Amino acid sequence: MNDIHALSGAYAVDALDEAERAAFEEHLAVCSDCRVEVAELQEASGLLAELTSTPPPPALRDAVLSGITTVRPLPPLPQPDVAHEGSTASSGGTRTATVIPLRRRFRAPLVAAAAVIALVGGGLAVTQPWADETSQTPNAADAVLAADDAERVSLEFPDGAAATLVRSVSHGRAVLVTEDMPAPPDGMVYQLWLQAPAGDMIDAGLMPKRSDQTVMLEGDASEATGVGITVEPDGGSPEPSSAPIALFDLSGSV
Amino acid sequence: MNTSRPDSSGAPAPEGPGSPDPLVSLLRRSARGDETAFAALYDATAARLHGLVTRVVRDPAQADEVTQEAYLEIWRTAARFDPERGSALSWLMTIGHRRAVDRVRSAESSSRRDTTYHRSDRQVAHDATEEAALSGLEARRVRAALSGLTPVQREAIELAYFGGYTHTEVATLLDLPVGTAKTRIRDGLIRLRDTMGVAQ
Repeated sequence: MNDIHALSGAYAVDALDEAERAAFEEHLAVCSDCRVEVAELQEASGLLAELTSTPPPPALRDAVLSGITTVRPLPPLPQPDVAHEGSTASSGGTRTATVIPLRRRFRAPLVAAAAVIALVGGGLAVTQPWADETSQTPNAADAVLAADDAERVSLEFPDGAAATLVRSVSHGRAVLVTEDMPAPPDGMVYQLWLQAPAGDMIDAGLMPKRSDQTVMLEGDASEATGVGITVEPDGGSPEPSSAPIALFDLSGSV
Repeated sequence: MNTSRPDSSGAPAPEGPGSPDPLVSLLRRSARGDETAFAALYDATAARLHGLVTRVVRDPAQADEVTQEAYLEIWRTAARFDPERGSALSWLMTIGHRRAVDRVRSAESSSRRDTTYHRSDRQVAHDATEEAALSGLEARRVRAALSGLTPVQREAIELAYFGGYTHTEVATLLDLPVGTAKTRIRDGLIRLRDTMGVAQ
């Protein structure tokens, strides 16, 4: 904890590499002390811009102001946001995303359609309990699907199955909608993964064994650069054990 | 451009209700789609944001692009600005700086990383600091605050903030043991914060 806390200054001036930045942002989400310190240090470092003040060319003003006319401002984030820390709402502990600009860098960009391998076909789904969905209310998924900033990536498989991944940065969540999805082989399950900006795959839960479904991925998807589906042994794996059968590239959006 | 900016916009985040930051209301109105307010926000901040971006990116054409991208992001995400968490100016500069750093890092292997860069970088930093002394009260305060840092703290912050280097690269550039540059940066920023009185 001490060690990661010491990264606050480097984070404030964007002097962390991608992996460190991702790790520190995870820490920020749960450490209000660090959030306050980062905000203060960004306040201080921002003042250094006084030293380099340079008026931009007038044409840039025109470009900026004409550019915004075609872009709709995003709605505010929902106020009572995911309570990472219950009682600290008054200390400004909303979402780190409010001060952390979205990223556009991707160490390992996904290749969407090219990476699709034929889905495992045939075989009836073995009757098994669906993955636990109790923490994922249908309303939350609907809210993502209907979000103003929803981004959609659709894939079609050779056997006619289709899957659409919908991600809303403002909701911080992603939802997968499948149609005619064949059941995974006996003893296997489809597992979902969020690709972090640094490239690693983070467990986002198991897919219920139904051919048509709407499933919300676990975890914060707002900075994910992609979503993958792998076939894993029942119960899932801590990290992907095989090549994904589908990859949704989110790196072009944001 | 400097003359058109609101007087208090360069000041640290005014938390008290008695001193509203004009940039905050411009951001609020921008979030509601008010393009006139956004134009005023641009006029009040563009010299600082563009100057910072240019300082990091260096190539003027690329700097223009990054500045434009940053303002587009500011327009899109204005509603997400939370005045509880810091000043509007800091929020803008954070967005611009992040984008500038992302730009130079994505061009990592380009010629700007050759061995002569380090030296010329410091030269520019020095010049920029000199000019700043002539350009306004706020810049003078910042320069005074910087002069209160140790030389290593100051260099580490300048290489990180203006040079766009990671703390690991800064450690190498300054011949510091790996892991100490981040401490120098943090200590320096804390001192800067305390000197400038921007603690919340």
